[in-house]
Amino acid sequence: MSALTSLTLKSAMDGLADKSFSSVELTQAHVEAVEAARGLNAFVLETPDKALAMAQASDARRASGDAGPLDGAPLGIKDLFCTKGVRTTAASKIIGDFVPTYESTVTANLWRDGAVMLGKLNMDQFAMGSSNETSCWGPVVNPWRARTAEGGGGNAPLTPGGSSGGSASAVAAELCLGATATDTGGSIRQPAAFTGTVGIKPTYGRCSRWGVVAFASSLDQAGPMARTVEDAAMLLTSMCGYDPKDSTSLNVETPDFAPFVGKSVKGLRIGIPKEYRVDNMPAEIDALWEQGIAWLKEAGCEIVEVSLPHTKYALPAYYIVAPAEASSNLARYDGMRYGLRVEGANLTDTYEKSRAAGFGTEVKRRIMIGTYVLSAGYYDAYYLKALKVRRRIADDFDQAFERVDALLTPTAPSAAFGLGDKSDDPVAMYLNDIFTVTVNLAGLPGMSVPAGLDAAGLPLGLQLIGRALDEGTLLSLGGALEKAADFRAKPQKWW
Amino acid sequence: MTIDVATVRKVARLARIAQPEETLEKLAGELNGIMAWIEQLNEVDTDGVEPMTSAVHMPAPMREDLVTEGGDPEMVLSNAPKRAGAFFVVPKVIE
Repeated sequence: MSALTSLTLKSAMDGLADKSFSSVELTQAHVEAVEAARGLNAFVLETPDKALAMAQASDARRASGDAGPLDGAPLGIKDLFCTKGVRTTAASKIIGDFVPTYESTVTANLWRDGAVMLGKLNMDQFAMGSSNETSCWGPVVNPWRARTAEGGGGNAPLTPGGSSGGSASAVAAELCLGATATDTGGSIRQPAAFTGTVGIKPTYGRCSRWGVVAFASSLDQAGPMARTVEDAAMLLTSMCGYDPKDSTSLNVETPDFAPFVGKSVKGLRIGIPKEYRVDNMPAEIDALWEQGIAWLKEAGCEIVEVSLPHTKYALPAYYIVAPAEASSNLARYDGMRYGLRVEGANLTDTYEKSRAAGFGTEVKRRIMIGTYVLSAGYYDAYYLKALKVRRRIADDFDQAFERVDALLTPTAPSAAFGLGDKSDDPVAMYLNDIFTVTVNLAGLPGMSVPAGLDAAGLPLGLQLIGRALDEGTLLSLGGALEKAADFRAKPQKWW
Repeated sequence: MTIDVATVRKVARLARIAQPEETLEKLAGELNGIMAWIEQLNEVDTDGVEPMTSAVHMPAPMREDLVTEGGDPEMVLSNAPKRAGAFFVVPKVIE
């Protein structure tokens, strides 16, 4: 049944609608693909029984004529989304056996529209990481492998990126038709670029954060990963929507995003931020960026050079803001009401031992940074300073968007790298997010579209950045890039 | 500003994370590396800039002060590491 797993979400929905196959058949094919791909370590929990029960219910709904827009579509869910009655761990031992008694709003929206859950996807612990190596469940392996020794080390296992590495790997390996993911500094877009998939981080506030394990609340935003721009648009439509349970949820209408894909982009003005031409960027990425510019020109866009002068300060500002928020958010894991408890000599000792045993190294490191920058005497020098720089970064975008409709940049400064290559150097790892993190600080929508392969045969992505709430234009542009790039490469199955 | 071992010990205590004494020096090195990289923020002129505390331009929403959900102790306690009846069991807090 490999043909059923190779379908796009759109063609699968068409096939279900014209009764070419049932959701049970479609789901069974995906369940088998998931079981056969355990070498990728993309899933931390498989829920085949639940998937088939949901598929059966979907077929019944379709038979009675009330199928929803995603009815019967098997999806993977990042293990950061609380799923009622299904273990949710954020890939951390501190909540390693946590079973939520409630459903996140984003996943509830997907089930409302008929989607089927295949299981929970691996990720960096608490979404902190760019390579999926901080997961307590072990790293995810990228289904892509380098063709030659150059750029990737032959057949050495590569990272799918992070933090949504399980989502990226599962979508690229055709284990699911699409997946949920989250993006705090690039965690949807960088893994999308590393795996030849499409990822969208919508405007902050489009997707409810309710029931999504919190990392940095002013930056966290959910979004979809899929194999085509249209599929991502379909998932995004379902995931978004106002939610009174999230006080930063935007009370705005969610458009049907899919029709934006394929719309003409003629006359749109595209900004090329000169500060994104960083030192040591591989020539292939620079060339791909030039190619993307040429494609959009051919599609009728006007190319304008713009300046975002504070770009280089985005990552350092992020590494104050995000750890500060994380240190506060993760204070809740104290071993009292849920999660891991390691008994100590007294209450404080119990807290300290529980948290030492439950959190991974990178999570502890970020909690420590956050605690330090918020501690007495440093708050103004670090935290307040970072919030002011954040404002200047957002102002840069505001000024650019007075002149252009969207921006085009590379998604990541390299192709997928080897597992273990950067795990000893936190700052080198953080630099992965150099092109993506600005968007989170400003709360803007961004998406990554696969645009080509490097010399080693590994996928590279281009990033589009839009005005707040203008995902529609991004999707039209993403569709134009997808069409021009005609990216059809798939990873050779080895798993 | 360099972070010494004493500062790391203090921050670990504030963060309620037990850090074995022998790891403090390495941790101090890592934190210093990260903070040195962050220092470049001082190059940015932020005089008179309003700190950005939220990514959305809207006032905090208000709602009626009413109980919306509740009354289900089983749900609340279902993940408790230690419980007795309808109560959480926690270490002794008052001597």
